[in-house]
Amino acid sequence: MHSFTTDAARSLPGPGWLAERRAVAAERFAAANPPTSAEEEWRYSAIADFDLAAYQLAGVEEPFPQDGAWAGVDAANGAVAAVLDIADGRIVASRGLDELSKQGVSAGPLVDASDGAEVLGSVADGASDYFTVLNDAFAGCPILVDIPAGVAVEGVIAVRHHAGAAGVATFPRLVVRVGSNGSAKVLDMQRSAGSALVVPVVELDVGQAAWLGYVNLQQHDHRTTQIAAHTARVERDAALVAASVALGGGYARTRTDTRLVGRGASGDLLSAYFGSGDQILDFRTYQDHAAPDTTSNLLYKGAVGDSARSVYTGLIRVRPDARGTNAFQTNRNLKLSEDAWAESVPNLEIENNDVRCSHASAVGPVDPDQVFYLESRGVPTPVAERLIVAGFFDEVIDGLPVRAVEGAAREALALKLNQMLKAAA
Amino acid sequence: MSTLVIEGLRASVAGREILTGVDLEVAAGEVHAVMGPNGSGKSTLAHVVAGRGGYDVLDGSVRLDGTELLGMPAWRRAEAGLFLAMQYPTEVPGVSLLDMLTESVCTPEGAAVGEQMRSEASRIGLDEQFLQRPVNVDLSGGERKRNEALQLGVLKPAFAVIDELDSGLDVDALRLVAGRIEEATEHDGLGVLAITHYSRVFAHLRPDSVHVFAGGRIQESGGSELADELEAEGYERWTGAVPQPDSDADATPFTDPFGDPFADLLT
Repeated sequence: MHSFTTDAARSLPGPGWLAERRAVAAERFAAANPPTSAEEEWRYSAIADFDLAAYQLAGVEEPFPQDGAWAGVDAANGAVAAVLDIADGRIVASRGLDELSKQGVSAGPLVDASDGAEVLGSVADGASDYFTVLNDAFAGCPILVDIPAGVAVEGVIAVRHHAGAAGVATFPRLVVRVGSNGSAKVLDMQRSAGSALVVPVVELDVGQAAWLGYVNLQQHDHRTTQIAAHTARVERDAALVAASVALGGGYARTRTDTRLVGRGASGDLLSAYFGSGDQILDFRTYQDHAAPDTTSNLLYKGAVGDSARSVYTGLIRVRPDARGTNAFQTNRNLKLSEDAWAESVPNLEIENNDVRCSHASAVGPVDPDQVFYLESRGVPTPVAERLIVAGFFDEVIDGLPVRAVEGAAREALALKLNQMLKAAA
Repeated sequence: MSTLVIEGLRASVAGREILTGVDLEVAAGEVHAVMGPNGSGKSTLAHVVAGRGGYDVLDGSVRLDGTELLGMPAWRRAEAGLFLAMQYPTEVPGVSLLDMLTESVCTPEGAAVGEQMRSEASRIGLDEQFLQRPVNVDLSGGERKRNEALQLGVLKPAFAVIDELDSGLDVDALRLVAGRIEEATEHDGLGVLAITHYSRVFAHLRPDSVHVFAGGRIQESGGSELADELEAEGYERWTGAVPQPDSDADATPFTDPFGDPFADLLT
């Protein structure tokens, strides 16, 4: 028996409306059947090995990682305007918020917003599943980053999540709302310290003609299980550029739902992921075109080494009235060892004739011709492989909408690659 | 004085013997031309000497100043002083020329690689903008050939195996690139093994010796007069006279699996 009961949900702090919302979600959760790998959504996943009873709600006080431990996203980084630190669902520190508030921008507990009750779930409820409902029931302190209409935030707003010790479950909830004609760059960092369970839900609400750049940098401990849902709604003439760099986790799953609901909306979706050891990285993407003249462009690139596995399944859906849709989906995977394994399953579901759609996927080793070319110039084999794999990710890293994290992402990828090559040598 | 000595070299691909006993000696500063028809195995010779995977070496040796190269990984051969200028240089997306050359064991620690690249680029007429691109990506055939010559200029090998230097190069570019290589033979003592189908390259890169390559080995060696004869009469004298490497008389000419798939269409 697990401890994620309705009573436990009710005992969390917050206003009455939130307690009620949690209780309803906890009831739904109690009545729901856990997913199994027989379902298409969970095919190739590690859900069969998942046991919720192995975790308890956060309660252990863990030291928050020092400022310098956050891959360059720290006080020394001038591009970062504000930082919000969240440990096991509680805000533990913040800076730069006063300056932002002069522009009417807020970043903090969602319950502080006058319309918090309407905002929470306004995007994610359209894509709910077993784990998003669990997050609804147990998110301790939902965070709202709120950019009013017409406001352009120059610097990066960074939210740094840290999940604590072994056996602890946390449910980070981040809502980003950009009002019409506003623009912002949000960096969502995820780290953990042990065999924790992290079930994050992210809601990105991009208003009319607004622009949002969102980067999720996931560097969980290799013993951590993450089951994340990133959901977005993009309104008329608005643009979302959402990227994830996924490096950590024992089993780390991210479901990404992008709904283009207004005419002329666009979504650029990028991911770089790298699995080593016995990691399983699992991505499910959904590009939902619900309005005319919408554009989505997805590029996911991954590498797996050692005995790591990756799964990518993606669906482009073009609804009947979404004429003039442009939708693209590309997933490329490098298999760096014999025992590594990558699955790639693209899908299209098109209900309108006036569209341009394409999808491409590939799984293969590092091109031996490329390795030989570098070797024939005197580049040692492991160095050649390192250069080529790093270069493989360039296309994604170059496209990250938050430039401040570019160096950190490159370094994190290189570090992981070096560790793997060193271990193999 | 450096020498590259190839002795009794035999190699096969997928069980088929392509090199049937190659003997060749190149001294520092010399240019040796290896000329042969399509399918004679001359590109295979370049690849086996440089250490490309996918070939089985059956017998023989390749020594650079007494050091046996066979059995070494390709980069160790480069370290020993060998350079391969490819017929169709490979695109390497995401890897910059600067990073590649900086990471080469042939580059001295702390060398001003970027500066050398720019200096070499101007000598062979390669626009500096191409130095910023990932290796060979979005470069034309001719630009790639110039890029090979640029790298040769920076890495300063003792010996270069140059596979079909003239393919993709127009007359002006060929003059610059071949001229740069000839200069390296004169000033740096570079030894060259130039594998070629046509003799037009010899107008700019004068061979000390010409070797006719057919049936997986050298059939005849001589001076540049041999190239003139080949130009006038073709390879028939040698291809007709020698048994094909495969015992099956109807066997089609060998196509190198790592060669360009459209090579036949270009000739």
